[in-house]
Amino acid sequence: MEFDFALIVESVPKMATGIGITLQLLVLATIIGTALAVCTVLMRISKIPLLSWPAMVYIYIFRGTPMLVQIFLIYYGLSQFQAVRDSFFWIALRDPFWCAIIAFSVNVGAYTAEILRGGIQGVDEGQLRAATALGLSKSQRFIHITTPIAIRLALPAFGNETVSLLKSTALASTITMFDITGVARTIMAQTFAPYEIFISAAIVYLFIAWFIQIGVALAERRFSRHMQR
Amino acid sequence: MIETKSTPIIQLQKVDKFFGEFQALKNVNLEVHKGQKVVVCGPSGSGKSTMIHCINRLEKHDNGRIVVAGIELNDSLKNIDAVRSEIGMVFQQFNLFPHLKVIDNLMLAPRLVRKVKKAEARKIAMTYLERVHIPEQAEKYPIQLSGGQQQRVAIARALCMNPEIMLFDEPTSALDPEMISEVLDVMVELAKEGMTMICVTHEMGFARSVADLMVFMDEGEIVESAVPDDFFANPKSERTKLFLSQILSH
Ligand SMILES: Nc1ncnc2c1ncn2[C@@H]1O[C@H](COP(=O)(O)OP(=O)(O)OP(=O)(O)O)[C@@H](O)[C@H]1O
Ligand SMILES: [Mg+2]
Repeated sequence: MEFDFALIVESVPKMATGIGITLQLLVLATIIGTALAVCTVLMRISKIPLLSWPAMVYIYIFRGTPMLVQIFLIYYGLSQFQAVRDSFFWIALRDPFWCAIIAFSVNVGAYTAEILRGGIQGVDEGQLRAATALGLSKSQRFIHITTPIAIRLALPAFGNETVSLLKSTALASTITMFDITGVARTIMAQTFAPYEIFISAAIVYLFIAWFIQIGVALAERRFSRHMQR
Repeated sequence: MIETKSTPIIQLQKVDKFFGEFQALKNVNLEVHKGQKVVVCGPSGSGKSTMIHCINRLEKHDNGRIVVAGIELNDSLKNIDAVRSEIGMVFQQFNLFPHLKVIDNLMLAPRLVRKVKKAEARKIAMTYLERVHIPEQAEKYPIQLSGGQQQRVAIARALCMNPEIMLFDEPTSALDPEMISEVLDVMVELAKEGMTMICVTHEMGFARSVADLMVFMDEGEIVESAVPDDFFANPKSERTKLFLSQILSH
């Protein structure tokens, strides 16, 4: 088989516009999703069933179904309803970019909520008891003991989740988005060289993943070096 | 030395505590006067920690009364806060906050609970770090300290809240043997300064030298309580004799 090494190198810069879209999806979904996850985990650990149940159902649904199916449901499914098309939300829901953001964010929200819950459960009972004995109120304990320790415990899993989201953003290409994968598909249609094009796409993804991992490692070094594990 | 006529600073009357069906405390009665040092011993699972925890409401007792510094422990949050502010507590596992430097471990509660200004809180913290002989460790994280140092930080952290009473739950059981004395020394100093103390410990040398009252617990009950001389020389109950022979033999 013919293998055009030069084409791999040439293709990388052509991905530039795609990289922009991929990074936008990644960053926006991470921010919105993490905010969602914080709300979700607060509801999830609540002792009030009216709060914890909806959170559990939400987490269960989005962790238990393929993200591609969710994206199709949001992009193609919701537009079936006249009420949706007439509503204010249609501005976002007819745009594939915002549909992808919504799908990725709710996924990050569900997965990260569970990651945070793991961190919260990992906080040592004894340390909380010590804080209680010192007179800290329930909310003071949550803010000053549970939260900082839980975040440190959750950091590695959060890094994995972000890399996993990066890979999932490729799904946006299925709803006409020109992210890295979307751009690669267009170039492929023009050059009929799938092998080279997708290798260069893979290289770009690896680079971004590498940056994420460095970022998380730095954050861990900064925050978690003094934590027993 | 013991003001028996004054009202006790800690009073437990007919206290029961259940964990589900299991009764961890059975009709526990105890009076501790200001300045008194009580050493509690007994086999594992006898309810020593549970009793200590009930005294500052880390556990809620089911029957009977607990009154600390004239404040009854009931469902009133105000009372619970008031009692906790009288009591400092030291745990077997140190339980320092791992994400905070030593100095911040000490400053946290004064700042949050007593609303002390930062500079003032730091001054208080340094005073107590000096009292436990490790001011030079202030900027380190707990994990960087030896077990003995961590436990002394834990004692200093409790003292920063200026408590009337200190509760110790097996403060030296998690320590390597060579570090036990540095912690006991700090406790002896504290005892000499007149602190009211309840210590769960099996360090009988310490008990003999500081205790005003020895309490022996077994199966959730206080089986025997006596001044150390009587307690060690003529234990009345068979269970106490057996326990003492076991613990003093090694
Ligand atoms: N939260 C809990 N839930 C259920 N049972 C408990 C709980 N805490 C303690 N117990 C039980 O109560 C009994 C007394 O426990 P406690 O911790 O007070 O004993 P202890 O005298 O401090 O023992 P040790 O010397 O091992 O620390 C034990 O049988 C223990 O299993
Ligand atoms: Mg115990």
